[in-house]
Order: sequence, then C-alpha cells, then structure tokens
Amino acid sequence: MQRYSGFSLVKHALSHHENWQRHWRNPTPKKRYDVIIVGGGGHGLATAYYLAKEFGVTNVAVVEKGWLGGGNTARNTTIVRSNYLWDEAAQLYNHSLDLWKGLSQDLNYNVMFSQRGVLNLAHTLQDMRDVQRRVNANRLNGIDSEVVTPEQIKEIEPALDTSKRARYPIMGASWQKSAGVARHDAVAWGFARGADALGVDLLQNTEVTGFKIRDGQIHGVHTNRGDIEAQTVGCVAAGNSGVLAKMAGIKLPLESHPLQALVSEPLKPILNTVTMSNHVHGYVSQSDKGDLVIGAGIDGYLGYGQRGSYPTIEHTLQAIVEMFPMFSRVRMNRQWGGIVDTCPDACPILSKTQVKGLYFNCGWGTGGFKATPGSGHVFAASLAKGEMHPIAAPFSIDRFHTGALIDEHGAAGVAH
Amino acid sequence: MTQSNRLNQGGRIDRSRRLSFTFNGQQYMGFAGDTLASALLANGVDIVNRSFKYSRPRGITAAGPEEPNAIVQLGASEAAQVPNVRATQQALYDGLVARGTNGWPNVQRDVMSWVGKLGGGFMPPGFYYKTFMAPASMWMTYEKFIRKGAGLGRAPTEADPDIYDHFNQHCDVLVIGAGPAGLAAALSAARAGARVILCDEQEEMGGSLLDSREAIDGAPASAWAEQVVSELAGLANVTLLPRTTANGYHDHNFVTLHERRTEHLADTAAGAGREGEVRARLHRVRAGRVVLASGSHERPLVYANNDVPGNLVAGAISVYIRRYGVVPGQRLVLSTNNDHAYRAALDWQEAGREVVAVVDSRAKPDGDLVKQARDAGIRVITGSAVMEATGSQRVSGAKVVAIDTERFVVTGKVETLECDTIASSGGYSPVVHLASHTGKRPQWRDDLLGFVPGEFKGMHVAGGAHGVYALGEALADGAGVGAEAARAAGFKEAAAIAVPDVAVRHESPISALYQVPHEKPPLRAPKQFVDLQNDVTAAAVELATREGFESIEHVKRYTALGFGTDQGKLGNINGMAIAARCLNRSIPEVGTTVFRPNYTPVSFGAIVGRHCRELFDPERYTALHQWHVENGAEFEDVGQWKRPWYFPQKRRAGGQERLETMHEAVARECLAVRRGVGILDASTLGKIDIQGPDAREFLGRVYTNKWAKLAPGRVRYGLMCKDDGMLMDDGTTSCLAENHFLMTTTTGGAAGVLEWLELWHQTEWPELQVYFNSVTDHWATMTVTGPDARKLMSEVTDIDLDREQFKFMDWKEGKVAGVPARVFRISFTGELAFEINVQANYAMHVWKALFAHGEKYDLTPYGTETMHVLRAEKGLIIAGQDTDGSVTPEDLGMHWAVGYDKPFSWIGQRALTRPDTAREDRKQLVGLKPKDPKVVLEEGAQIVLDPEQKIPMTMMGHVTSSYYSPVLESGFALAVLKGGRNRMGETVYLPMSDGSVHQAEVVSTVFIDPKGERQNV
Repeated sequence: MQRYSGFSLVKHALSHHENWQRHWRNPTPKKRYDVIIVGGGGHGLATAYYLAKEFGVTNVAVVEKGWLGGGNTARNTTIVRSNYLWDEAAQLYNHSLDLWKGLSQDLNYNVMFSQRGVLNLAHTLQDMRDVQRRVNANRLNGIDSEVVTPEQIKEIEPALDTSKRARYPIMGASWQKSAGVARHDAVAWGFARGADALGVDLLQNTEVTGFKIRDGQIHGVHTNRGDIEAQTVGCVAAGNSGVLAKMAGIKLPLESHPLQALVSEPLKPILNTVTMSNHVHGYVSQSDKGDLVIGAGIDGYLGYGQRGSYPTIEHTLQAIVEMFPMFSRVRMNRQWGGIVDTCPDACPILSKTQVKGLYFNCGWGTGGFKATPGSGHVFAASLAKGEMHPIAAPFSIDRFHTGALIDEHGAAGVAH
Repeated sequence: MTQSNRLNQGGRIDRSRRLSFTFNGQQYMGFAGDTLASALLANGVDIVNRSFKYSRPRGITAAGPEEPNAIVQLGASEAAQVPNVRATQQALYDGLVARGTNGWPNVQRDVMSWVGKLGGGFMPPGFYYKTFMAPASMWMTYEKFIRKGAGLGRAPTEADPDIYDHFNQHCDVLVIGAGPAGLAAALSAARAGARVILCDEQEEMGGSLLDSREAIDGAPASAWAEQVVSELAGLANVTLLPRTTANGYHDHNFVTLHERRTEHLADTAAGAGREGEVRARLHRVRAGRVVLASGSHERPLVYANNDVPGNLVAGAISVYIRRYGVVPGQRLVLSTNNDHAYRAALDWQEAGREVVAVVDSRAKPDGDLVKQARDAGIRVITGSAVMEATGSQRVSGAKVVAIDTERFVVTGKVETLECDTIASSGGYSPVVHLASHTGKRPQWRDDLLGFVPGEFKGMHVAGGAHGVYALGEALADGAGVGAEAARAAGFKEAAAIAVPDVAVRHESPISALYQVPHEKPPLRAPKQFVDLQNDVTAAAVELATREGFESIEHVKRYTALGFGTDQGKLGNINGMAIAARCLNRSIPEVGTTVFRPNYTPVSFGAIVGRHCRELFDPERYTALHQWHVENGAEFEDVGQWKRPWYFPQKRRAGGQERLETMHEAVARECLAVRRGVGILDASTLGKIDIQGPDAREFLGRVYTNKWAKLAPGRVRYGLMCKDDGMLMDDGTTSCLAENHFLMTTTTGGAAGVLEWLELWHQTEWPELQVYFNSVTDHWATMTVTGPDARKLMSEVTDIDLDREQFKFMDWKEGKVAGVPARVFRISFTGELAFEINVQANYAMHVWKALFAHGEKYDLTPYGTETMHVLRAEKGLIIAGQDTDGSVTPEDLGMHWAVGYDKPFSWIGQRALTRPDTAREDRKQLVGLKPKDPKVVLEEGAQIVLDPEQKIPMTMMGHVTSSYYSPVLESGFALAVLKGGRNRMGETVYLPMSDGSVHQAEVVSTVFIDPKGERQNV
C-alpha cells in the first residue's frame, strides 16, 4: 500500500500527481472465500478490515450492490460519542470510541476525527435527572461525561441561546469532551483501502439475490454476478437487513424508516461543538467545510426511499432556530434521507442466526456511524472465532425472546 | 466611480432611479432594475470574490442561480446579515451593503492567494485525507486552520428582526417557470378555467424572452411576455408569484415555493417601510398537475484558467446587455460548440464593442446565426476552441487552437487573441433538479447532449426543461402541455392557445465538447475548472478516477464536485463528461448524482415560519394559573403545561424581607399537609372519558389489573404496560356508570396514552364498542389534603363526607361551593384527601371559596415539588421518574396490581412471562436512607456494593427520586436496585463525581405511615 503523508504529497506534486495508486482494486469475484460480508458500508468494510488485520482472515469478499459507503455511511450527520446509558451499550460505543482515537493513524487515512465534544441539553427537571443519571453511569463506566451548568454551556457554545427567553430554557447538559465528528466518506474509504491492501476483494455493483443454505448451514450467496461460496457470511446491510434476512427465512424485529438530515450553506466557523437536544428536538454541528449539519427525528412511517417528508424538515429547523435564534437568516442548502433499521429497544443486533455460519449485524437505527470501528471489530472477532465477542454477546437476537432488552431510547432520543 | 460599462440606452432598467450601494467598502451607483451583479459589472468591478481552496480572484460568471463565484455577504446591520447571497439573484436597492465572502485583507490583494499559488500543487483532491495525520495530537490544531480557511459567508450574531409566513395552497396546475413555455402553458391552462399558480424565481416574469433577439408576432419577444403576464394578472383563477422559487418537489405533487417579499427592497421588512410584514413566505402547494417549465442552464466550456475574471457563460453576456444595458468588457472572444451562443457575439457587436473572434469547435457551422455573424464581419474560427485564458486579475487574451474532440488532442498551432472577455458555451443542460427530487432519475439524450427529467406521475415538462429550445417550438410545446395538464386536472375542454408567430431559424447541430484538450497532458496543464465554487478542476476529476473512484458519487464526494451552494448547476455535466472520458464510458453509463431540495438555498426562517419564539410550542395554563401567578408561584414545565413548582413566601429575618428558598418553601408546604391541610392544582393530570358497552372489557386489556367488578361510584388505581411488559403510565380510573369510566393519566403522558388506546382499539380490537374522549381541559382538579381536609370540605359541600359513607377509593357527585362537582376520595399524599373536579370555568370560584373557608385552617397551596416529596414518603411512584421503560409492575412490588388470571390476555402479559422479565434479581424499587441524615442523594446517582472497585464499576441500580423530608428530618430516596427486595438493611454506596462516596441503607419504600392509616381517617 502506498503510504500517505505530507511528504508523499510533496513527492507526488513533483510528478504532477500522475503516480498515485488506486485506493482499491476492482477485482473479479472468486468462486470461494472464507468469509463473505454482505454490505460495503462503513460497518461491513470495517468488519473486513479487522478480519484481515486483527484475525488473519484475508480471503474475504465484501459484496456491495452499489458503491462503497453509499448507504447510511454517506448520509449520516457524522457524530461520534459514547455516552450511552446502559452498561452493554456504553461498552460497545466506548470500545468504538477507543478505536476512533487512533483510526487515522491505523488506516493511514485521515478520517478527520475531531474531538470537539458533544452537549446533550436538559430543559426540564426530568431532563436534568436523566442527565445526572447518565453522567453518573458513564463516569463509573469510564466514559468522560460531566454535568455542566448553563453558564458553562454558554462558554462552550456561545452561539447557543442559554437565556430564560427560551420556551424551554436550558437547565444544564451532559458534556462528553472526547466525543465529536468525523468525515463520514473518508471512514468508508479508509477501511476499504486498508482492507483491499490486506487482500480483501471489494466487489461493487454486486447484489446478493439469495443465500445458499443446506441443512441449516450457510454455503454462500447468489449474486447478479454469479454464485459465491463461503461457510461464513456476515450481513451488514442496514436498512436492507430485513430484506436480506427474509431471503434466509429469518424474521428480524426491525422497522426501516426514512431518516432525514440537512445542511446549511458553508459558513465561517461559528459552532465549537455538537449540540443535541432531545426535548426541543434537534441537533447541530458544523462541518470542517463550514456547513451546519442538522438533524432530528425519523419519519414516522416505514419506507425504503432515501428521502422523507417536508414537515420533518420544518420541525427540525424550528428546533434549531429556537436554540440558535441567530441562525434564522442562515440558508438551508440541501436535505437528504437515509434508511435506518430500528430495533424495538433502540439497540443494534449483532448475532448468530438459526442458520449456522450466517450472522447479522444490523438494527443500528439512527446511531450507527459512531459505532463503525467498534461494530466492525467485535463483529470481525465473532466471525473469525465462530463465537460472539463478549461486547457483542448482549446484542443477540435472543434478547427479543428472553426479554433482556437494552432500552436506549433515552440516550438515542434525538436521532444522530 | 462611473458606470463605465453601462450603455446609454437599452435594457429594462429605470435610468431615472439611481441607487447607491456599497461593495467591499466602496460606494457605487446603479439603477432600479439592476441586480447586484449587473450593477457591479456596470461599474467595471472585475474581482468580486476569492476562491475557496486556491484563493484565486473570481468575477461574475453567469446571470442567474447557477452563478458559482459571486457569493456575497449582504446586510448593513449585524442582525440583518445574510451569508452567501448570489449577486446575480439579488435585486439592487438603495443603501445595499455587500462584501465578498473570502479574501484578506480584501479581494483585490488577498494574502491567501500566495498559499494557493505556492501550495496549490500540493493540494490535489482529497489531499486532507492523505496528510495532517502526524503527530496525531496536532489534528485539532490543523483542523482549526482548515476550518478558518473554509466556509463562505458568516452567520449573523444577533436574532433575526424579520418574520416569516407559511401558506397552504391548492391549485389545478402549478407552472414552474415563466419563460416562453411556462407563460404559454399557464395561459392555456388558465383560459380553460383551471386554478393556476405560476411562479418564477426572477424579479420579472418572462425568462429568456427578456433578453431574446427574436420577434413574436412581429414585436419584441419581451412585449409578448408583458402582454401574457398582464392577461394572467387579470384572471381570478390565476395566482402569479414572481420572486418565488420552486425549491422542493415532493411526493404526490407537493411542491414548496419560497416567495421573497422584501429582499428586493431593503435589508429588512422594516427597512423597506413594511413594518410588521413578512420577509418571505413558504407556499406549501398541493398541485393537481405540475408543469415543469424550468428551462435550461448553459454549460461553460472547461479550458485552462477559465476562472480568471472576464470569463463568462455566453448567455450571460446577452442577459447583461439586453436586460441591464451593461457590456462587461471591450473585446470579446466567444468559444462555442453550438449556434445559439452566437447571440452573445452579435449582441456585443451591436452594443458597439469589438468581437475579436468566434471560435467554433465544429468544422462547418452554417446556421442562420453563424451566417449573421459572418455577414456582420465577425471572424469565425472553426474546428477550434479557446484552450487557455491568459491574465491574472482579468482576462488579457485567449489561446485558440484547432482540436480533435474525438481523440481529445490539439491538432494545430496556438494563436493568442488579445481580448478582455471570453464567453463560452458548451451547450445546454435542462434544469432537471426539481424532477430529480421525486426520486426519478433523469434520462440522457444524445441528440441534446443533456439529461431530461424522468417521468413522474402528475408532472408535465415543457420547453427547455426537456430540450425544446427553439423559441417557436418552446411556445408551442408550452401551449400544448399547459392544455394537457389542465385536461388531466379535469378541465376536459382545455385547448392549447394559438401559438404566436415566430420566424424559424436554421441551426447547425451542436457537437459534443466539454473539456477542451490542452497542449499539455491533463494533469500538467494549467488549472481547468469544472466546479468553480469548490475549486474542482478537470485534473482533480481525472485523478479521482485514477485513484479508483469510479462511481460518480465517489467522484463527487472525493473531489467535492457539485457540493457547493449551486449544487453543480454549471459544473456537474462537465464533471460527468470528464469522468466518462477518463473511465472510457459514456455519460449515461457514468450517470448522475442525485439532486436534492433545495433548488436554491432558503433561509431557515422561511422554513420555520411562525413556529418560533413565543409560538415555538404553546404554553398550557390551568384555569387557576392567574391565581398562581398572583401568589408568587415558581413554575415547572411539565409537557406543555406550566405547573406551580412551589409557592415561595416572604420571610422577615433581621429586619430584611426576602423570599423563601425552594427548600424552605417545600418544607413549610409539606408540614402544612401533614399537620393541617394543603391544596394542589392537579388540573393538568390527563383525563380520558371512556364510554361504550365494551369500555370495561377494554380497560381489562390495557391495564394489568382487573376491572370486571369495579362498581359505579368506585375508583381503582391501574397500571398500564407497553407490549414489552414495561410500565408505561399509571393513574386512577373511576366507574361513573356501568358503561362509562373516567381514566386519569400522568400530566406528561396524557396525549401518548390516548394515542395508545386509539392505536389498540383501531388496529387490534376494532370489534370492541368503546369511545375515548380527552377531557383534560374540561375539568379542573383541586386536591384538598391533610388531617383537616374533611373539616374544610364539610363547609363547602353538600356531599356526605362521613368516613363510612364516603369510603377511601369512592367518588361522589354533589356540589362544592355551589357548583356541580365530582369528588374523589383518593390520595397521592398519604393523608386524607379529596380530589374535587369541577367544570374548568368554575374552578377559580371554587378555589377562592376553599381559601375563604380555609383561612382558619391555614390552608396552604403547594406545588409539584411538595407533591413529589409527599408521595415519595409514601413510596408512591411517578411513572417516567421512578420508571424508565425498563421497569415491570413486579419490579415495583406491585404484584397485587397484575391480574395474571384475567380471561383475555392484556397488553404486556406475554412479555412478563419471558425468562428475563421473570428473573428474581431484576432491579427492584426500594427505599434508601442516607447514613448521614443531612445528605440528600443526587437523583441519578449510581449504586455500587463496593466503592473501592476499579472502573468500570459494577453498577447495581440508581436513585430515581430523592428529597429532604421535614417530617423524617432526613434525606430519603427511592431507587431501583438489583435484587433490592432481598437486600433490606444492607448498606450500599453511591460514588459521586467530586470523589465523595455516600452510604445509604436499603429500606422499605414506605417511609411514613406504613399501615396507611392516615389517608383513611
């Protein structure tokens, strides 16, 4: 793999950039692999990367029906944090955050992970109780959360209206300083480039049309480019997971909803951090390019269209202008939508299935981006060893039968 | 400065109205009817901005929404700042203040340009992914500088002085675009009687007719436009919306239109003398049919240094000359691959300036316009193109060379023509953006060299928007499509208007040319810009494809092509064509990226409308609110309600008067209830009136406990679970009559519970005859509670209050203070209590009567905080505070409220028998008594058994409610704790963020009166 650095840029500039190598090959599918990953988004690519790098499984194919990183990896609002309430979720997201911290160097690809902090605002007494509870739990789980006062909030994010004028004045917030944002596309590309260099075949424009299952064991997949064999198949297909599961005769407790986001035109730096409010219901950060990146809740209906309804956009901006009245004259550039697969308890599914060798990693709902490296890492470990990684184990499909749900609706509250 | 480029006559400006404006601190003059762009060009301002990445000087390139460079910061005052306004779309008004968004100290002499000049070579696409990685700790510092360099304009730092409105509109036919096709379509539909909305983004309707050289019915084309607009304006069934952009096209012909009401007049509505009026309106239009007559955008050619000020899109030249009387230079070279662009040369020459040459990539162009140019003595160089512009602050010449477009090479010797303006045209791209919003992909047409909209139900396309460019054809197309749309909307008789007479012109066909080949290889040639706003060059697109980015989405994301505020209106097709060349594919194989709303940027305020400030979310008040205000209550937000939190009283201490703290007020209120009598405004509790023969059966299914035998006159406490078996809400329900119940819910849960009942009724059990009606606001609820409650009540009611006649959990009808009332003997304080419900409009009378009689009992009003303390002392839960969606009735120790043997399975029953919900060691509700009575534990504090353990600690539960009890003279708390009921008497630990660790004993949840005698006196 060609190493990237400031020096390499200078060197290539002298040859007019004519000698850069491809980020990844465009291989022809082999007949057989050790592991097939269905879905070439961030999570799937991270799984393939860690399989090859950490677990020595390099005979791997990532099968992607469109372009790499073209689903929710390309459509999210790039927030990375780990301040989840319950131990199981906190472990999972914090494992991910730990990997985020060295990711650019590990991948030799700058994913621009900007640890500028995340504020989760509280506007009512109950909000404050929830913030205190979450911060206390985070702290004892080793997550750097703290409760901050309106005065501290004003210092962290001066653009925020912390006055009593607001309909729901800000009473405090939780503040995770090590949280932040990253460059979403670069995460997919960095993992793809890393996986490819380790021998993983990235098969774009290759759509899985069915599974080869005999005697309760997976034997491979049917695709529009022919059959590909493998005894281990991991499905990481986000909004289309339910569709895939159905091909394998499995019913997952997922609902796929449109989730929208929007950006303003690029502005000079005005926001220092990520601000989220469940109660007023919206969140915003500013990208390095200068856009305000804004989102809120999912559209209520189910659907697979990568766009949503306009009232959601109106409500979202109402919340943003309520929190930041100075943004009223800022202009919205564009809106878009992704498809999120949501679980009843707002936590993902990382699980074996009734089909031996067939695994699913899905149900990340509105919060999948931040989990990308952690999800890929524990899922890779599970695929490599045939046993779910301890961090992944509580997220088994079985929990919907036993009732051992991990209800993160509070922490997941406003979609992010 | 003088308007050196202004012609003495011509144009649609009003030379009698001179307007003064300021750009980059310099004062200029323009005329009414100018855009900011035309006024700047008239004044000879070349450089209006600096580019995003390389800080190169940039000038005005186009005349409409496709303009990538002329992005300005608008506004004279801080509150009126608007970032990123396109000068080409901003009408000039007197006193306008604008500046370029980039460039320091100014756009003329920009320091950053040296970074661009020296460092540009080290900044290929995606360079930031390849560097700034070492040392890792430096990224946040690098990022600070990257952020400073990025961004365009700035946000205001003060709140918006303007207001905005939303309109909901319906029409039979919505016509988007008032050019030739749109006007003809609107007229056809309108004459048939259809309700028509015609919107156009420009200051004046007419589109390309306003700068046309052609005649309609023997008169200037603009005259026809004026005549049609005037006829439409006179029709009652037509709504004309100028300055209104269709920005989003959603499912089912829902289109968002943004109408700018005052932005052409002044910074703010007040500044325009329109105090109190809206700055912009959002029209939410449901259209029977949509006619997309959005026209086309001309594509510039991609050649070296095509960004130097003085490079314009050919059509913009005609617009500036014919509409604004402005010629933006002296000596013109036109580079084209089509006939239509020749207009620019003809207009230029007729304006009295020199056309150096027209450079045509075609071998033998012979159209009428070509002939006209030749006849006018203009030099036409064929089979060639402008390969490179020379000059740095302004074009100084054009390098022209013969090219072979098939092999993508130059074939002749370079000739340099001296000039100060280069106009280019690479053909036309239909404006397919809106149609793409629907999810339908546009289709490539080889004959047009452009994408046309895909088919979408309810949408008709007319004119240039699907490649019908010739004026006569566009008019005929529009007329036909307008009639077709009207017929489809139900106006069966609709017929196309008679198409006016337009001379047919012979045109020689366009030939494909996007990027002009250069003498040097693509990566070594001077910068050839594709997307000017984002500084994306042809080399960048080529490099991206070399690096393996083969999907056009990847190319876009890697290079930032089309990511600007223009969403690639000028650059996208060129970028795709270059990607296609590099990948050796056709343009349709490469495909397009997806256009998204908005077509052009829209201020947040216009989307927010009135739903901001005091109207962001309604405040709900009880009927007694005014009394609370007058009596000094502090309020708490609960849902949308304002509830009295506590009633601080004045205290005198040391000759000073001060208000009680919350702690003092709550202690006083608590003791009043425990020792005398207190009163609470409980009106906000949700109340749902439930009626029907199956009401009782329904209650049995939605509550965990039994309802079969609750007699009229009796009240029961009920628990409601979600289907996962977790507590959702609780409250009392009273049997008013055999088929009639009154359910109460928590204040915050009221709407959700009603929705829940309706959901189950409508989707699962529609066969049950039961009806729900929210009566929360109809009834005011006053809780009179304390040992003296009966004495006070007996003075104001005719109801027999005898302990045996009016039992605990009974309700009775009667009069209170002379007003019909329902009185419930239920208690949320543990004391004797009567909940009085009266019609809300009587509430103040009853409340005041109670106080009149209550004076001798020292009747004390109390708020939610005291209510919380009193109920917690009794171990009574608040759903949503002591529960969080993970707590079962069993966890709360409420086995008695779960009817496992009910005949019909109720919501949550199955879930409660799952292995995990049936576990013995689940988190259970317990009481906690801090070892130090002065300590009030933090709500949300986590409980551990071993405070010395390492992080991550094993957490056993958390504090859900915690207060100081003036009766116990100690802090106390409710908590959920793993296996808590088996841990009575154990000591647990609560490690706090300041490093301290509290100790507490696990105790019963009931702290006062464990036998429940006080409420039953």
